[in-house]
Amino acid sequence: MTMNTQGRPTSAGEASVSAIDTFTGNCALQQEEALIFEIGRHGTTGVDLDEPEAFTPRLGKLQRKAPLDLPGLSEPEAVRHYVRLSQKNYAIDSGLYPLGSCTMKHNPRLNEKLARLPGFGDIHPLQPLSTVPGAVELMAELGRWLIEMTGMTSVALSPKAGAHGELCGMMAIKAAIEARGEPRDIVLVPESAHGTNPATAALLGFKVVTVPARADGTVDPEAVKALLSPEVAAIMLTNPNTCGLFERDVVAIAAAVHAAGAYFYCDGANFNAIVGKAKVGELGVDAMHINLHKTFSTPHGGGGPGAGPVVFSNRLAAFAPLPFVRVGAEGPVLVEDEAELQAGETPFGRMVAFHGQMGMFVRALSYMLSHGGNGLRQASEDAVLNANYVRAGLRDVMTQPSGDRTCMHEVLFDDGFLEGTGVTTLDFAKAMIDEGYHPMTMYFPLVVHGAMLIEPTESESKASLDLFVATLRDLVLKAKAGDIARFREAPRFAPRRRLDETRAARQPKLTYERPVPFEQAAE
Amino acid sequence: MATYFTKDHEWVRIDGDIATVGITDYAQSQLGDVVYVELPEIGKELKKGDEAAVVESVKAASEVFAPISGTVEGVNSGLVDQPAAINEAAEGAGWFLRLVVADKGELSGLMDESTYRNFLETL
Repeated sequence: MTMNTQGRPTSAGEASVSAIDTFTGNCALQQEEALIFEIGRHGTTGVDLDEPEAFTPRLGKLQRKAPLDLPGLSEPEAVRHYVRLSQKNYAIDSGLYPLGSCTMKHNPRLNEKLARLPGFGDIHPLQPLSTVPGAVELMAELGRWLIEMTGMTSVALSPKAGAHGELCGMMAIKAAIEARGEPRDIVLVPESAHGTNPATAALLGFKVVTVPARADGTVDPEAVKALLSPEVAAIMLTNPNTCGLFERDVVAIAAAVHAAGAYFYCDGANFNAIVGKAKVGELGVDAMHINLHKTFSTPHGGGGPGAGPVVFSNRLAAFAPLPFVRVGAEGPVLVEDEAELQAGETPFGRMVAFHGQMGMFVRALSYMLSHGGNGLRQASEDAVLNANYVRAGLRDVMTQPSGDRTCMHEVLFDDGFLEGTGVTTLDFAKAMIDEGYHPMTMYFPLVVHGAMLIEPTESESKASLDLFVATLRDLVLKAKAGDIARFREAPRFAPRRRLDETRAARQPKLTYERPVPFEQAAE
Repeated sequence: MATYFTKDHEWVRIDGDIATVGITDYAQSQLGDVVYVELPEIGKELKKGDEAAVVESVKAASEVFAPISGTVEGVNSGLVDQPAAINEAAEGAGWFLRLVVADKGELSGLMDESTYRNFLETL
């Protein structure tokens, strides 16, 4: 069988019982909140509607037989319900969010102001193009920045997020191979890749072949060369990779891939480390998605939709999907339909009904223009500096899987330092919650046992990083001193204790069931 | 009855022409709590190394490969409702499927129990 040895325990541990000792179940001003169906009543409403006059329904057999089971709440009840739920959120606006490979950076408020300008905020994707030249120009300008930063040839703005962008890039590669009339059906994926990489390749019908990592966590060009053949369509590589390391042989890998007639897809999840430092087009990349919601500060993780534009090299540029912005002598033109194509434009189709996440385009361009080229470069440098500051602060008490070496924008630890303590990576992460921190990415990348991947981003000040490092050092000392309960029982102070993941997976409850059936309750 | 092991942590127990296949105790301990199992159809012909079943734990989904070639003669359908049986008795009541063995010669490429236990020491 395929074996996953990341070392993650799956039992609930010793901490599944709530210990809040109050009459209400509330913990001071952190209030418990019931489901809206549990607090709502029939007949209560926040809006005073007139009773409709008598009428004869014409719905026939489609007429509802039982009353609609909707919870009724007054306006203050509805407001409190959603405010209380929102207060249970942990967000980048509330604290450090060191989730590796996620780039949880600050979302500048200037972006929000500009996205709410009526000319951007109030437009509709179906209104005539002649009424939205400013929006089209903004898309063209955003595309120009993305192409300039990556040294590529064309861009598809429409993909909705990272994995959708991967799918877009790999569909362009598939179209290019079909146009060449070659039967290539293998995609190479390094073992440290994001899980979405092999999933994307498999979804498109490719066979996935895994490239083993070197001892230092990077990809060996010789290992790639050994797997290349006339059947290989592409390699999907993340650079910097998920171990937080720059793939130093990326140019040699790209050359070998191209010599074998295949394409090079780069997962741009970690682009925040290299903006203004390296142009991926010059590294030999043929397609790469860019997470506007990571690198370019648009909100994500529940705060807003993602946006995953894809840039293409001249080898794939013609296959970029509809719609796209063509910049010609008459200015930018949004090409929406096959009938509008010019010679040399051979899109593989389209991925979405409309044009992409317009609101995110505005925010991302706002971020780019407010920083400027030098500011974007400094943001990347500061992100890398911050990750290395965390590394330097923890390297003597935590362990790194491939030795202590300069990392990119995220630093990777393994669970070697916890060996013999009885504390696992999961316990350690849960204890961080008690200290007021969202945990780092844990048990990923899979190639590292008990992995802890920390990405502080450039948003954090030195004071913030100092407190974070000091907290982690305190936790490590406690674990090594045998204070096991602090970890095994964590989180001790969260609204919910540790969840029973196994029971949730074996007996999922996905719908609300009334204790008393609605029809009876209504009588 | 002789039991053989693969380096991918499947076991196969031979009784006449019938081979019973499962995953090892080491495999279940690495997977963690199993929450879902997908078993092959009876009558399906499997070649050595083919995907025979799928097992999913809270943390990962994995394929179980056929350790030898054969035709599926029976499956442990109780696992579908009680996947926990794999964690409780991976090398006994938590078996996955039974094959009619196609070629007993393939067994010579597998490990016996003591060789497998030694192999685990190297991981």
